[in-house]
Amino acid sequence: MSRIKDCFTSLQAEGRKALIPYITAGDPTPEVTLPLMHDMVAAGANIIELGIPFSDPMADGPVIQLAMERALAHHVSLQQVLDMVRRFREDDDITPVVLMGYLNPVERMGYAVFAEAAAKAGVDGVLTVDLPPEEARDVLPVFKAHGLDSIFLLSPTTTKERARLICEQASGYIYYVSLKGVTGSSALNVTEVASRLEMLRTVTDLPIGVGFGIRDGASAAAVAAVADGVVVGSVLVNQIASHADQPELARKGIATIIGDMRSAMDR
Amino acid sequence: MSEFSKTDFSAVPDARGHFGPYGGRFVSETLMEALDDLEKLYRKLSQDPAFQAEFDYDLAHYVGRPSPLYLAERLTAKVGGAQIYLKREDLNHTGAHKVNNTIGQALLAKHMGKPRVIAETGAGQHGVATATVAARLGLKCQVYMGAEDVKRQSLNVYRMKLLGAEVIPVTSGSKTLKDAMNEAMRDWVTNIDDTFYIIGTVAGPHPYPELVRDFQCVIGREARAQCLAQAGRLPDALVACVGGGSNAIGLFHPFLNDDSVKMYGVEAGGHGISTGQHAAPLSAGQPGVLHGNRTYLMSDEAGQIIETHSVSAGLDYPGVGPEHSWLKDLGRVDYVDATDEEALTAFRELTKVEGIMPALESSHAVAYAMKLAATMRPDEIVVVNLSGRGDKDIHTVAGIDGISI
Repeated sequence: MSRIKDCFTSLQAEGRKALIPYITAGDPTPEVTLPLMHDMVAAGANIIELGIPFSDPMADGPVIQLAMERALAHHVSLQQVLDMVRRFREDDDITPVVLMGYLNPVERMGYAVFAEAAAKAGVDGVLTVDLPPEEARDVLPVFKAHGLDSIFLLSPTTTKERARLICEQASGYIYYVSLKGVTGSSALNVTEVASRLEMLRTVTDLPIGVGFGIRDGASAAAVAAVADGVVVGSVLVNQIASHADQPELARKGIATIIGDMRSAMDR
Repeated sequence: MSEFSKTDFSAVPDARGHFGPYGGRFVSETLMEALDDLEKLYRKLSQDPAFQAEFDYDLAHYVGRPSPLYLAERLTAKVGGAQIYLKREDLNHTGAHKVNNTIGQALLAKHMGKPRVIAETGAGQHGVATATVAARLGLKCQVYMGAEDVKRQSLNVYRMKLLGAEVIPVTSGSKTLKDAMNEAMRDWVTNIDDTFYIIGTVAGPHPYPELVRDFQCVIGREARAQCLAQAGRLPDALVACVGGGSNAIGLFHPFLNDDSVKMYGVEAGGHGISTGQHAAPLSAGQPGVLHGNRTYLMSDEAGQIIETHSVSAGLDYPGVGPEHSWLKDLGRVDYVDATDEEALTAFRELTKVEGIMPALESSHAVAYAMKLAATMRPDEIVVVNLSGRGDKDIHTVAGIDGISI
């Protein structure tokens, strides 16, 4: 059984929802990522989404663009990201880690080489933002063969027909993007999200995580009431941006936000 | 006669937008529905005689087509080889081939009922062409332009403003065309309900490479008929510059099944391919995925896109249209390069010998054509796509001469 499946199964048994923080690997420096990952788990995170830095993050807003620029200033490569996961696994063999990024670095490494190295490092799932299932036919079997879950995005513009097609290819969980827009957008309409999730539940039994627009305990709790998981990114990355030269402060800030969300979601 | 006769060039892209292993639709989920809608509408309208008639009417009466095919006699004599003909896209309204495509896409926007258009631009020619059609159709227009390009193309920036468009300088990444395209995509994802994204080249997610090609093919169709009428036969070689590659595909495509016609796509050699400071993914890159399609790219070993260099903003792009990648692998088109210096020399040469001032982008094609023609016989014919006029580059050239104007 995969770590992701285990995670959702045991949370469900406790009547709790998954808290899924996103950070960009190597932001603001490569040294910060590993302790930050452990901090987040200690503060109540259930799954970690680790961003692979890319020079042209087309689907990301300014907050995550800048995070990637900070990481790339230290030449953080996909190889190094895998190494961070390997070291994380030395102390944590339970918390699932999902790599989130763009296709070109993976393609440049080679799908098979990447999948083997990722599995070996202890990666559980891969979310490639610019790889829709239609283009993924050569890729998905390779991921699957190495036990990697393929996480896909669904958006407010996704039709039911497409949702079905995507869910057939997906494993682990579904990431529902609650807004039209890039990461870091602000408005979140929970009622609308709830009705979309109702439709999605008719096409898939996979757990559904919801992201985009979640900023604090209140919005996390509101989303947790209707979804299986709450994905939070820009608000955490903002902490790093504000304290890039004092990573200790950033780590504290992130742990506080995650702690607040955790207690609001469990209330 | 040759192996190419067996390739059905009209059969690409396939239903999912693939040119062999290239092209496709590599975008985030939020854009998939919009691209599907665009594709469906385009399938319908491209078969609709009324839409075609509307497009043709605009090309004739608003753009001023057909553009002439001009025998550059003095340049030919000076080079001392094949006869050099120039396809005068510089004489189009707005001064470049870009308007052929923006007319077509603006008509699509109109049919979709979108009140707002956005565009990315490098040299500013596509931005101007978009702002122009937006003005004519009364559409709201915002143009994303790398902050670096805003500086080196100030004339076009002001033209766009006069046309009523808002120019948004992009300060992320390398602050050039690729970053403008990232930002335009982000805008489109956010404002998908009321916005049509007018992509300026034959790159991006399917169906853009196909529909931009189709709109630009008027260049090659005219050139083919004009060459037959004026010279009594087909040309021996075609030469066009390649950044994203829309003017080149527009010229080449209608000739692809003419096996006797050789084709040369000229990339920006910058300071020289060996220096690494260039914008020549087909000459010195490898396949990868950027901006929604798989194609040749300039990226490093970690898969990061690397910064390009060219004296011409319009060629300063790390990718290229996917159909060019396919034509390269097939060997149907030879992709070569011309350096900044060669392009500048050609710019001056054509201006002085023929009284035609080419855009720095087009100057790359002129530079290679002069080299090529010199190796050919006087009874042979080279057609060069003079894709744009050089007025916008006078500041750049003056700067290189140490003159501030």
